[in-house]
Amino acid sequence: MTEGIHERQKLARELAKAPTGITGLDEITLGGLPRGRPTLVCGSAGCGKTLLGMEFLVRGTQLGEPGVCITFEERVEDLIANVASLGFDLPQLIAEKKLRLDHVHLDPSQIEEAGEYDLEGLFVRLGYAIDAIGAQRVLLDTIEALFAGLSDTGILRAELSRLFSWLKDKGVTTIVTGERGEGQLTRHGLEEYVSDCVILLDHRVSETIFTRRLRVVKYRGSVHGTNEYPFLIDEHGIAVLPITTLDLQHTVSDERISTGIPRLDTMLGGEGYYRGSSVLVSGTAGTGKTTLGAQFVNAACGRGERCLFFGFEESLGQITRNMRSVGVDLAPWVQAGLLQYHGTRPTSYGLEMHLVKMHKLIEDFQPRVVVIDPVTSFLNSGTPNEVKGMLTRLIDFLKSREVTALMTTLTSEVEHLEQTDVHVSSLIDTWLVLRDLESGGERNRGLMVLKSRGMAHSNQIREFLLTKNGIALQDVYSGPAGVLAGSARLAQEAHEEAEELLQQYALAEKRRQSERKRKVLEAQIAALQADMAAEETELQRLARQEELRQTQRQRARFAMAQMRQADATGAPAMSGDNIHTGKRP
Amino acid sequence: MSNTPGTVGDLQQESADQSESWNMRLYIAGQTPKSLRALANLKQICEQHLAGKYHIEIIDLLENPQLASIDQILAIPTLIRKLPEPMRKIIGDLSNVERVLVGLDLRPGA
Repeated sequence: MTEGIHERQKLARELAKAPTGITGLDEITLGGLPRGRPTLVCGSAGCGKTLLGMEFLVRGTQLGEPGVCITFEERVEDLIANVASLGFDLPQLIAEKKLRLDHVHLDPSQIEEAGEYDLEGLFVRLGYAIDAIGAQRVLLDTIEALFAGLSDTGILRAELSRLFSWLKDKGVTTIVTGERGEGQLTRHGLEEYVSDCVILLDHRVSETIFTRRLRVVKYRGSVHGTNEYPFLIDEHGIAVLPITTLDLQHTVSDERISTGIPRLDTMLGGEGYYRGSSVLVSGTAGTGKTTLGAQFVNAACGRGERCLFFGFEESLGQITRNMRSVGVDLAPWVQAGLLQYHGTRPTSYGLEMHLVKMHKLIEDFQPRVVVIDPVTSFLNSGTPNEVKGMLTRLIDFLKSREVTALMTTLTSEVEHLEQTDVHVSSLIDTWLVLRDLESGGERNRGLMVLKSRGMAHSNQIREFLLTKNGIALQDVYSGPAGVLAGSARLAQEAHEEAEELLQQYALAEKRRQSERKRKVLEAQIAALQADMAAEETELQRLARQEELRQTQRQRARFAMAQMRQADATGAPAMSGDNIHTGKRP
Repeated sequence: MSNTPGTVGDLQQESADQSESWNMRLYIAGQTPKSLRALANLKQICEQHLAGKYHIEIIDLLENPQLASIDQILAIPTLIRKLPEPMRKIIGDLSNVERVLVGLDLRPGA
């Protein structure tokens, strides 16, 4: 199995291819049409076969490969006029010998078949034209017209078979166009002769919307995109859009860019979105999705990056006015040429046309940031699956160009916030959800990061406020009463503040009380100390009295002794005892 | 190629009646059996029906490929009746005489 795939890839590498130069077709065919071989392009009338062939030739001349067109249906002048609208100047190319046109006209009413013949005349003309300018590309448009002009189909088939092998021998890359037939690819079974590569063009109208589609039915020896790819014919030629690129090979950037809201940057790992990532902003009506997008655009323009804003609900005037009311002025960026705004009604064209238009605008303007507001509008022009397919392609395309995309989507049901109506969530790198927080009879906006690949992001719900100065994010109050926002949050905060105040009062009161108590105690201490002092004074007085009394008594005793003529002693005894002792024999 | 267009083209018969001049051109691409057969058949038919009043010019596209688109030549051999007007175109080796006569507007007995 793997060996088979490997083998196929090897073949794809080895098979020489001639780039068509047609937008998208070379991607589907992985390089172009088989070089030096014929390719059949079939489809019903008006599906763009001739234009595809002519663009193949004209782009070839730009790649240095001259081309020859043999037209069997249109006259040369008509052909020139028809492709002039695509900006192809055939007369100029003819004058420069890069292109040759030859009209092979067959009028069966003028021709009588009388016997055996071959188509050597065609070979001669083709060979002459190829040699004259050294052509490497050939368009035969529509060779099946021969079947209408010549009756001998046996000869015709043999000659066609010979023609294709002759073309291969010549080594020219050929496109053969054929009219779509019943039950087979072409009316006359041209696919029998052209077996290398078959491309089928188709156009259909579904729900009044016209879409052209292209499919590579077969490509011998090469891998190719097998899906039906929508394509568009506009003033620059054909543009084919691969719905899904064959592989995921985007270059990935580590660069981070601000969301335009500092607090949201903080929530996204502190730095904002990754460059080239796709951001989805989902939410119910009126939650501020557009404002979030506008703020992002405002920041990007402020950095000098080009932004492309696709609005499907508002006109430029409307959105600038509305955004000015929240402090985001987009008008200067538009004037400076940094911001392009494209407001279209989603129902104006089909999905494919939208996609192609967006592709073209992105190609032309080369923005770094694209905002699509909202993607859910596309549901008016297609089924969810088709929209998903389209958005996948768009996101792929934007990623391959490192364009940061912000898409908004309107969620209809509050219960299914984690689902988008367009089912693109799996393609999204960063998903912001805006939701209503209803409580206390009012509606507030909450923002959360549902996912954000490759970064540590906040898991918190933030209150999302639209102020005069843009978006502000606030912490929400989360407590036993749940998540509170808006005035409920304010009430809760006021309540907490009051409680704080009361506590402070209580503390102050307590402080005063203890102060008082301290003062009382201090007074008591002072009184006691006064008592104590009084006591001591008394004690001293008593001591002195006692001393005086003692002295007095001694003096009196001495005097009495003197009066009694007692033993004369040298000196009066200092103490009564001594006196007594002295007195005793 | 042994016959140049010039020598073959000299198969010219001066007609007595100039107004009834038939001017024909036979386109071939090399001396293929089909081409030779066509030339032989043409000469025979002309001799039979237009004796003395026809002129045949032979153009070999291998030598003058640029002439092919002027007369819108696709099939080989192609016979073109230039004169009398209107122009007629007959393709094939002219082996089906009946159809050649219809193509040249020369009904038997006319």
